[in-house]
Amino acid sequence: MNWLLDLTPDEWNAVRLSVKVATVAMIASLPPGILIALVLARGQFWGKTLLNGLVHLPLILPPVVIGYLLLLSFGTRGPAGAFLAEHFGIVFSFRWTGAALACAVMGFPLMVRAIRLSIEAVDRRIEAAAGTLGANPLWVFGTITLPLILPGLITGAILSFAKAMGEFGATITFVSNIPNQTQTLPSAIYTFTQVPGGDAGALRLTLISIVISMAALVASEVLARRVGKRMDIE
Amino acid sequence: MTVVVDISHRLGDLGLDVRFGSAGRLTALFGPSGSGKTTLINMIAGLIRPDKGRIEADGRVLVDTDAHLFVPKHKRRIGMVFQDARLFPHMSVASNLRYGRWFTPTAQRYADINAVVDLLGIGHLLDRRPAKLSGGEKQRVAIGRALLASPRLLLMDEPLASLDDARKAEILPYIERLRDETKIPIVYVSHSISEVARLASDVVVLAQGKVAACGPTGAIMQRLDLLPAEERGEGGAVLDTAVLRHDEVFGMTVLGSAAGEIRVPLLAMPVGAPVRIRIRARDVMIAIEQPTGLSALNILPGTIVAIEPGEGPTVEIGIDCHGATVLARITKQSRQTLKLRLGRSVFAVVKTVSFDRANTGAGLPVEADG
Repeated sequence: MNWLLDLTPDEWNAVRLSVKVATVAMIASLPPGILIALVLARGQFWGKTLLNGLVHLPLILPPVVIGYLLLLSFGTRGPAGAFLAEHFGIVFSFRWTGAALACAVMGFPLMVRAIRLSIEAVDRRIEAAAGTLGANPLWVFGTITLPLILPGLITGAILSFAKAMGEFGATITFVSNIPNQTQTLPSAIYTFTQVPGGDAGALRLTLISIVISMAALVASEVLARRVGKRMDIE
Repeated sequence: MTVVVDISHRLGDLGLDVRFGSAGRLTALFGPSGSGKTTLINMIAGLIRPDKGRIEADGRVLVDTDAHLFVPKHKRRIGMVFQDARLFPHMSVASNLRYGRWFTPTAQRYADINAVVDLLGIGHLLDRRPAKLSGGEKQRVAIGRALLASPRLLLMDEPLASLDDARKAEILPYIERLRDETKIPIVYVSHSISEVARLASDVVVLAQGKVAACGPTGAIMQRLDLLPAEERGEGGAVLDTAVLRHDEVFGMTVLGSAAGEIRVPLLAMPVGAPVRIRIRARDVMIAIEQPTGLSALNILPGTIVAIEPGEGPTVEIGIDCHGATVLARITKQSRQTLKLRLGRSVFAVVKTVSFDRANTGAGLPVEADG
């Protein structure tokens, strides 16, 4: 077992960075994820199909294409990247934040799908009942809709996290593969497979990657089941 | 006026064109399914926006399309009890009950949680989840939840329609207490004559999106022609009476009414308590002289004041018994044989056993309804 836990500092950094990137990507995409899911589930407007297609693009395009598009728009010379760097000091290119952005974008369709499904399952007549009791739409959302879609939120969040842990193509295209900066677990594994004698390192990181992803999945199952039991939906 | 409605609305094939006002303690919107009554109550609640018109409740204008006024549902302070309870599945009964309180300005909170819990008999349910309640319990909690938001008006949309007879009988007394012990005016949607006759002080009869009749329950229930065909057999006179005494030996209660004493199966009510009875027209026989050797116990002398052709071989006779009108449905043949005509003195005969839980209930307090 020792060889498994005996990681070099660079390898530890890759693990830590991956977890950080995936967590930030997951949390940052939750608010827009809920908003877009809500709009897609309930909105009636022109261009809804277009929005739906746009959200699903990362699922159907090659990750490299997404990475390149991010580079074009959020790179230092890209319009969005330049704007954010100038006004908010947020820089994405060749930083871990860029890796988080790439992961968030890649996991976004999975998250939106899960949340949208649970929103569509909410009985709107129950929300109407809350309205007659004096709750304005915002309160209804906070006290009725949100608790009722909690299992969907958890599922969506974990899917996004798991996707982020495994994201490779878009990340490496957008922010490259710089140790301690943008080298996430998959990038590190990829690097090991490219050098002679890197097999042991690649295997170590592979096992760690499996453990983290499985742990996240099990945690989400347990959480979702507990929430579901507490609710006892009729 | 507790409710004033004057709206026109297009709903698929149905053109809704409704105008009425009611000041009653409990106004029933009565009509067959598809007559537009649920749409109407949803408009009062603010769940549906009428195409055109005006709605007023408790002296406050809620909708006025001419003035582009539409008060959203959460600002109306109108409680609504739905047919399907619609409790919040992720909250306990206690949290469901307290929900509306959060949104009621402190100065306008009049409902007391203990009083409401007592009134509805739901004290033992407070810690449970809605999924663990029976249909009748759910409906009682839903009523409590609406009351605890301290509404200015309470709407009930067929609250008993999805329950079986035993559950209905369980809840009806609570609705009677609600009507008699609280000051909240109620608008009650129903297609059941027995519920309307038992509960309502005023009735608005809807048919095909229009108001067919509107007035005090007693007067409306006389009009058997207004009732939907499948319910016509349930129609008859509604009398407000009071318990005179109990006959323990034979298990009967004697009620005093304008028409005279009426014997019904024993009621668990104190002497003096108001009781409302509905005498189905088909349960009433007519005798032209004081009958003797007859098992029926209720023989009410009166005068024929109305003769209306009924369905098929029947004819409906209105008999004025000292101010209370009793309806009898008999055959045209009997009418001819007995030579019944307006002004003739007759006796209305009603069997005691024709009264049951469906047509005997707590009456409205005397001051609320004459």
